[in-house]
Amino acid sequence: MSGNAREPRLDTTGRWIGAALPRKEDGRMLRGAGRFVADLDRQGTLHACFVRSPFGAATIAGIDASEALRLPGVRQVCTAAELGSAGLCAALERDEFVPTTMPLLAADQVRYAGEPVAVVLADDPYAAEDGAEAVQVDYSPHPAVADLGAARDGRSVHDALAQNTFVDLTMFDDPRLDQIFDTAPLVLDEEFSSARLAALPMEGRGCLAEWDARDDQVVVHISTQVPHQVRSAIAQALRLPERTIRVIAPDVGGGFGLKCVVGREEVVAAALASRFRTPVKWIEDRQENLTASFHGHEQHYAVRAAFGSDGRILGLAADIRCDVGAYSAFPFTCAVEPLMATTELPGAYKVPAYRARGRAIATNKPPTAPYRGVSRPQLVLVMERLMEIAATRLALDPLEVRRRNLISPGEFPYTGVNDITYDEGSYRESLDRAESTARSAGWYTERDRLRAAGTPAGIGFACFSERTAYGTPTMSQRQMAMTPGYDTAQVRMDPTGEVIVTTGTCGHGQGHETTFAQIVAERLGIHPDQVRLRQGDTDLAAYGWGTFASRSIVIGGTSARRAADGVAAQLRRIAAHLLEADDSDVELNEGMARVRGVPGAVLPIAELANTAYFRAHELPQDTPPNLTASGYADPPSTFSNASHAALISVDPGTGAVRIHRYLVVEDCGVVINPLVVDGQVRGGVAQGIAAALYERLLYDADAQPGTASLMDYLAPTATEVCTVDIEHLQTPSQFNESGAKGMGEGGTIGAPATVLNAVNDALADTGSQLNDIPVLPEKVLTALRRERVPVGG
Amino acid sequence: MKDQHLVSLTVNGAEHEIVVEARRTLADVLRHDLGYTGTHLGCEHGICGACTVLLDDQPVRACLVFGVQADGCQIRTVEGLADESELSDLQQAFSDHHGLQCGFCTPGFLMLAEAYLAESDSTADPGQVRTAMASNLCRCTGYQGIVDAVCAVAKQRGKAGSP
Repeated sequence: MSGNAREPRLDTTGRWIGAALPRKEDGRMLRGAGRFVADLDRQGTLHACFVRSPFGAATIAGIDASEALRLPGVRQVCTAAELGSAGLCAALERDEFVPTTMPLLAADQVRYAGEPVAVVLADDPYAAEDGAEAVQVDYSPHPAVADLGAARDGRSVHDALAQNTFVDLTMFDDPRLDQIFDTAPLVLDEEFSSARLAALPMEGRGCLAEWDARDDQVVVHISTQVPHQVRSAIAQALRLPERTIRVIAPDVGGGFGLKCVVGREEVVAAALASRFRTPVKWIEDRQENLTASFHGHEQHYAVRAAFGSDGRILGLAADIRCDVGAYSAFPFTCAVEPLMATTELPGAYKVPAYRARGRAIATNKPPTAPYRGVSRPQLVLVMERLMEIAATRLALDPLEVRRRNLISPGEFPYTGVNDITYDEGSYRESLDRAESTARSAGWYTERDRLRAAGTPAGIGFACFSERTAYGTPTMSQRQMAMTPGYDTAQVRMDPTGEVIVTTGTCGHGQGHETTFAQIVAERLGIHPDQVRLRQGDTDLAAYGWGTFASRSIVIGGTSARRAADGVAAQLRRIAAHLLEADDSDVELNEGMARVRGVPGAVLPIAELANTAYFRAHELPQDTPPNLTASGYADPPSTFSNASHAALISVDPGTGAVRIHRYLVVEDCGVVINPLVVDGQVRGGVAQGIAAALYERLLYDADAQPGTASLMDYLAPTATEVCTVDIEHLQTPSQFNESGAKGMGEGGTIGAPATVLNAVNDALADTGSQLNDIPVLPEKVLTALRRERVPVGG
Repeated sequence: MKDQHLVSLTVNGAEHEIVVEARRTLADVLRHDLGYTGTHLGCEHGICGACTVLLDDQPVRACLVFGVQADGCQIRTVEGLADESELSDLQQAFSDHHGLQCGFCTPGFLMLAEAYLAESDSTADPGQVRTAMASNLCRCTGYQGIVDAVCAVAKQRGKAGSP
């Protein structure tokens, strides 16, 4: 790597920001001492198994549980009638949005195969499954709406929806567009699509709900990214005060957005634990996870784009339809995909005129959650394919076309046609670096060598920015009934000078216990080993919004930084008082408080802490007798950016795509821990490769799932993913004082476009163009055969 | 009547005698009857490998083995890798190379890697390690840290490296 001034480094102001510390989480995970929800056993637990609809669309004439109740170990069978709750309603306060309710259990109608209609409680999970098999449900199936095409055929998923449309938004409707399309030198009309995906955390969903008679509370241990929203959902669905519910996320085995919405199974478990005053445990199995949880990313784009002869984009219009399944998930609603897509499609490019229509279309499939990237993998794919196609049509270098359109140095902060203001990024620099590395590392030579040997090979690029850390100024534009965005933290220093931080964010693999400790230790002048993060417990932490949308380090981390600054100010004041100096002259570093310029005027921070608690009478006047401070943050948002590149080859016999080299040049502002950043990038790229080449949830015309196991749903293994080289740029955010930008999703966002462009480069001679993901071997093979059989004879 | 069987098995050197239902998986026996919750269940149909344990030194999916089949066997689980306070070289390498994020698949990968490294013909060659690690699924890391960690330990343990 070059000696670019923006290379990540130890922040010169301290020791911990930017340090590649090994993770505090690792020890327990490596010993098998992590505590995931399925690991929790309670005396007298009743195990829940849900009876699920085998039909995509049916009415329920009756449910007979008598046989199930005769089985050994089966204790209860409950249906919608016994639960007495309307269910979960996620709403937008927009006229274009039609609110619907997701019942906790289907009462008279099922809307997807896998929808729960009853729950069996038994002494062990085996007996519960026996019971679920024995429950007789009398269904009258009717034709299902299996896809976007069928959604226009007159059948209805919900009576309340016209043309199965949950929401239909037209944004940024520029009146000049029609004239631009009439007169532009190049107008492209292209369609793009992406398959329905499963987020597929290795730990599925699950919960253990137990009644705590001492505290008069139901305590819900749950694998979630959003504990406070789970509490609010349970409170709203069961009409309980939030005080009577405590939600605790133990170790969470991945989420990727699947666990930032609230499932009805978890609300049912809480309801039954409250009613029967006994622990109720539900652990989702993989079949349920694939067929009955939340999906995402099933989108179709019809795009018209105008370009000048120099490759500059002149106008863009998009019609975006998202197949969001049968219900609107709490709290984000099913509008999260079309809203994101319509608002952010222009991305890193200067689009002078823009119009987008975005729709959320109901089908008889499971509802969708905001799976990693949320519409950005698709919209980046659209923009990056448009740049490539325009360059081909105009006989220009596709990277040069991108450069002519990218928001460039000197133009930040840039406010786009979509009313979004972008803080400074390194869009062009990242692209230049990606190209120069690919050239200097011999990618083009390797591509030519492969081609000469008869193997189709290609190089693909993608350049994009990623809006992260959406605060309420941004989230409120969605007009959700509950607006997420801010977060909170509290820092408490104990009498020995060590610290507990609580936050409303809720990490699940991102290493927050380490990175938050680095942030707080930096501000307090102590060691990260002296800082413990407590998260995921609604009785411990103030209300916060959890971990999703690459928000935690920017919003939670800034909250923690501000809280730590509050405690640091208290420490300085105590030190100044004891050392007879001015607060502003006291520095906190390496566990000591020192008066600047006065050798020997020094006290250990632990001694100040001891004084604050045990000798409070020695504190200066008006200083509170402990060391506690709170902080919150609510930034607008901030943009990280990256350029990706891939070198791929295609097996001419099978059509299989092999990735030889993969490069990411990323810029997430100030890096807290480069190990964690690299891990997020690499894991994200693997999920993006999965979306580009392997994964899709299949449904037939009756909306029956065809991918109910990991033998059918092809998550990539180590041999489908290659080494990912990473280069870093560091443009600090101008929108928050930490300078950090979120970076949890960029890998997943950039990889589908990169791989698809590389495949198209490999197929360039065939005249075929692939715009849909996943690019399965049969599609590649069809394209290759077109080359061999000349069209038109 | 439940079909119950008396089963004797040794886990990480400790002997256990328990009565289990015939259909109860080894994974559930280990996790819920004996308390070895480090062995995780990710799919319960033998694909993801999160539940990989060593059964008489061979890696098996504990979700595909019934508890009764382990009668008389020696089992090793993730809890048996570390020496009291010290992580094993393999565990330490996973941390050093950031081979874990959420940690859910980690015990399975550790046991898979432990079995791989015990094979006489295993090497530190990244291609061979990658192929061996392709038995299991991880959704967080993109596998690179896992492959790097296993290669590093193979080298430390004197295995042949890549040319």
